[in-house]
Amino acid sequence: MNVLRAAWWIARKDLIVEARSRELAYTTLFFAVSCVLVFAFAYIQDGRSLDFGPAEPVANSVMPISVTDAAAGILWVAVAFSGTLALGRAFERERQSETLRALLLAPTERAAIYIGKLASMLVLMFGVELVLVPIIGLFFDAPVGRAPLLLAGLLVAGTVGFAAVGTLFAAMLIRAQSRDVLLPVLLYPITVPVIIAGVRGTAAIFGAEPNLEAATAWMSMLVFFDAVFVTLALWTFAPVMSE
Amino acid sequence: MRVLDRLVPFLLVIAALMLFRAPFLVEAAPIESVMGVVQKIFYYHVPSAAMTFLAAFVCGIASAMFLFRRSALADQIALSAAELVVVFGMIVLVTGPLWARKAWGVWWVWDVRLTTMLILWMIFVAYLMLRRFGGPGSDVLAAAVGVFGTALVPFVYVSVRFWRTQHPNNTVVSTLPPDMAWPFRWAMASFLVFFIALLITRIRLEQNRASLEAAHLALED
Repeated sequence: MNVLRAAWWIARKDLIVEARSRELAYTTLFFAVSCVLVFAFAYIQDGRSLDFGPAEPVANSVMPISVTDAAAGILWVAVAFSGTLALGRAFERERQSETLRALLLAPTERAAIYIGKLASMLVLMFGVELVLVPIIGLFFDAPVGRAPLLLAGLLVAGTVGFAAVGTLFAAMLIRAQSRDVLLPVLLYPITVPVIIAGVRGTAAIFGAEPNLEAATAWMSMLVFFDAVFVTLALWTFAPVMSE
Repeated sequence: MRVLDRLVPFLLVIAALMLFRAPFLVEAAPIESVMGVVQKIFYYHVPSAAMTFLAAFVCGIASAMFLFRRSALADQIALSAAELVVVFGMIVLVTGPLWARKAWGVWWVWDVRLTTMLILWMIFVAYLMLRRFGGPGSDVLAAAVGVFGTALVPFVYVSVRFWRTQHPNNTVVSTLPPDMAWPFRWAMASFLVFFIALLITRIRLEQNRASLEAAHLALED
């Protein structure tokens, strides 16, 4: 109980700092929208979405990209990219104002710091996604309202998995050199299952023949990933952060 | 560790002799009726893949030991094993496409085993980059990457498996005809001896480096 209470205070502190400057919210959101635009230029031609080849995967070939695959992919790439940016900045702030040591000296368990940081990061990323999803629906004509609860579930489960690993790595890299490059270098290979499950689950919802069962299966895999990696992160946070 | 020191030259000689004998056995093995002579790359490809996973497993266990016990030996083992993941993984990633070009007509497909191997390899390259460029304290951070990377393997495997699969099944190995199984087991055993010899040599190198550094510091004081 004590741990959760301390985590709540840390998350609250982060959110108050953020609410006053709105630095992370604005920059992350604008970056996410820029990502969508860049991908739109890559996948849209003659004013409409590109449709590469047949819808059925052909053996021995690179997977053909349909519009819905592109929309699902762009959504998750934007989430992953803007999430990395936010993670890096959130901890950079602690380093610049030299409050990390004070945070680590706080008379509470290390796990509380991790949970608090994770919670404030999740609030920020969910906020970005709330804007991002309608934009994807608007720009790519993706049926974002088809299974709103399932889509929300996929996004929540995927974001928790991504942020759980990302918060641990961003926190531990804070004292490392060249942390700006090392964070994505470490984070993307490790979050590959999240991206695969998120993109495939979302594409299953967006598809011409929606397959909600497949989307649910992907979501349960994400939940399983979350359970394992949140546990691992809680377990490794204390030894990693001690000097 | 003294015993291990003496063991290294023997292991290296045994590995060299076994690896020298392996091509003759592979040459003598029958030519596979469907794929022809390209199938023979399998005698090197599969043992390398097995060593990659073994090395990743060793690195994961050693990293966890280092995180919680902070023993220098565990860290040295983890670093050495991580380098071996990258080396053997490189062999797998080179021999695989050579075979795939002949068997499937393309260099690369996004199949479950190929993708898993690539991701595993990338994680351990990232591990080595972190150790190289992370500055002081990166050994602890790298240990977390080692633990996460090893825990991740089943997830990548399952997720890519749902996504798509094409690679020959593992059951191929257990149903090999005897005149193919013998060279395969020989190659597997030679790679294992070679792996152990390399791992111990690399750990020794790291230990010598650590003692040299300690001597340096003692001299300066």
